[in-house]
Amino acid sequence: MSDVTKARAKAPDTAPAKPAAAAKDPDAPVQDRDTLLKWLPFISSPILLLILIGGWQFAVSVIGVSEFILPAPLDVWRSLVDLLVGGDVWRDIGITLYEVLVGFAFALVIGTAVGAVLGRVIWLERAVQPALVALQVVPKVAFIPIFVIWFGFGTTSKIIMAGILAFFPIMLNVMLGVRSVDRGHRDVMRGLGASKWATFKSLELPSTLPYIFAGAEVGIVFAVIGAIVGEYLGGSEGLGHLVVRSLNALDAPQLFAVIVLLALMGSLLYAAVTLTKRLMIPWHDSVAGQSS
Amino acid sequence: MTTETPQQSPATRTEVPGIQPGASGEAQLEVVGVDKTYQARRGEVHALSNVNLSIGRGEFISLVGRSGCGKTTLLRILAGLLPPTSGTVTADGQSIWRGGKRNDEAFEHFGLVFQDANLFPWYTVADNVSLPLKLRGMGKRARRARATELCELVGLPGFENAYPRELSGGMRQRAAIARALSYDPTILLMDEPFGALDALTRDKMNLELQSIHAQAGATVVFVTHSISEAVFLADRVVLLTPRPGRIRSITPVPLARPRSLETETSVEFQTIVRELRHELDEE
Repeated sequence: MSDVTKARAKAPDTAPAKPAAAAKDPDAPVQDRDTLLKWLPFISSPILLLILIGGWQFAVSVIGVSEFILPAPLDVWRSLVDLLVGGDVWRDIGITLYEVLVGFAFALVIGTAVGAVLGRVIWLERAVQPALVALQVVPKVAFIPIFVIWFGFGTTSKIIMAGILAFFPIMLNVMLGVRSVDRGHRDVMRGLGASKWATFKSLELPSTLPYIFAGAEVGIVFAVIGAIVGEYLGGSEGLGHLVVRSLNALDAPQLFAVIVLLALMGSLLYAAVTLTKRLMIPWHDSVAGQSS
Repeated sequence: MTTETPQQSPATRTEVPGIQPGASGEAQLEVVGVDKTYQARRGEVHALSNVNLSIGRGEFISLVGRSGCGKTTLLRILAGLLPPTSGTVTADGQSIWRGGKRNDEAFEHFGLVFQDANLFPWYTVADNVSLPLKLRGMGKRARRARATELCELVGLPGFENAYPRELSGGMRQRAAIARALSYDPTILLMDEPFGALDALTRDKMNLELQSIHAQAGATVVFVTHSISEAVFLADRVVLLTPRPGRIRSITPVPLARPRSLETETSVEFQTIVRELRHELDEE
């Protein structure tokens, strides 16, 4: 990166063509602000978290909210440690994680395939569009009892729920992506007499990847929702079921602790998808910033 | 490649399309009776009408005209991106369209440069520049070496590993030219390649294009709406008029090469520019 910047300064035609970049470099204060902006989230997030926990503790110990409604942060922490040390919770984590990942994987593969086909075959997309819209607006979690009847209380019904929820954002994004291949880029490949396979490999796939990832980022969040709601309504195991069990036992600290675990799991999965994106499409604006 | 270019021929002009005084050597690119009609929403659009043009080997042709005169349409037909409604185009004796299908074989030696650089953002400059070679099955090492060479040629040394978004508009266009030159084309088709650049960069690019043309010896068809750019670069300037697009005149430019920015201040240069501008205004 720095090599490029250095070389750019030497290049003869940059000064007139790139006033924005030229204005950026010599201005030290501006650069300081950029650096500050970059690190700001890492400073602000812990502060916000502290304020939240502080406010929480304040509500419990000063205002005196009942601990059945709002257990103290420390109680939740103790409960969380108990859960993780006790060991049983790891099985539940594993089950929920398994449901989310398998459902998401199916959604990714099928969503990409269906999206690619519908993006290419215009008449087919026209034909199934009303059905797609109908399926999309239906609140899909309403189907969970049906899936439980069909596939039982085990993991299958949750995998299907996670998969269905993750499928739509992925499929729709891929459909859009396949259609958004730049016409000028297509002209380049056609002008070179490129084969269909070469066009797919060098042009269509890389230019659709950002859309696949955009869908996957939403999809992984939806898959977590699907699995948990599935466990809430018709589960015998998994973190969602543990939430319901804690509720039935009126164990508020454990209830909060499991929710913290779920939040952590969701965040980590999302981070994993984003990290994969960063590794796979480092060239894309969503990764590299919109500076140019 | 260095057949005699018609720049030394006396400045004769034709007002009648079809008779070509310029191409003294053998014709490399031949356009015969090309017609193009579009089916637009508001009925038929006659984009090109009976276009005849014979372009000699190593010749530099500029196509000028107002927007909508069909110059880009003509170039896209030459590039095999758009089939003509009727008429034929041959390159080195091979028809480039066979029954509405692109004859890919005839395009082996074509290089294309568009108004936008159209670099692939997921490839580095080196990978973009050598993409045509990859499609032709050249090995990775050889491609890399050739890319370095080409970056040197177009004035982008040291930028092989940069991504397109790190380059300025002029630099991207240079990379696009390098890509088009990568497989040593004998015919270079350029559609307003410097249209989006500022005047200073544009002058620079024109000078460089001239020297690349002199070095590579390729035949060039250059579309522009700038008359002075057209005259500066070309051996012959083809003026197109719209509705329907047809060739109005072909003007030889007998100015000596290499031309410099001083050429533009010469009386001969300005006379040709003035005449062409006059002709455009007459419409």
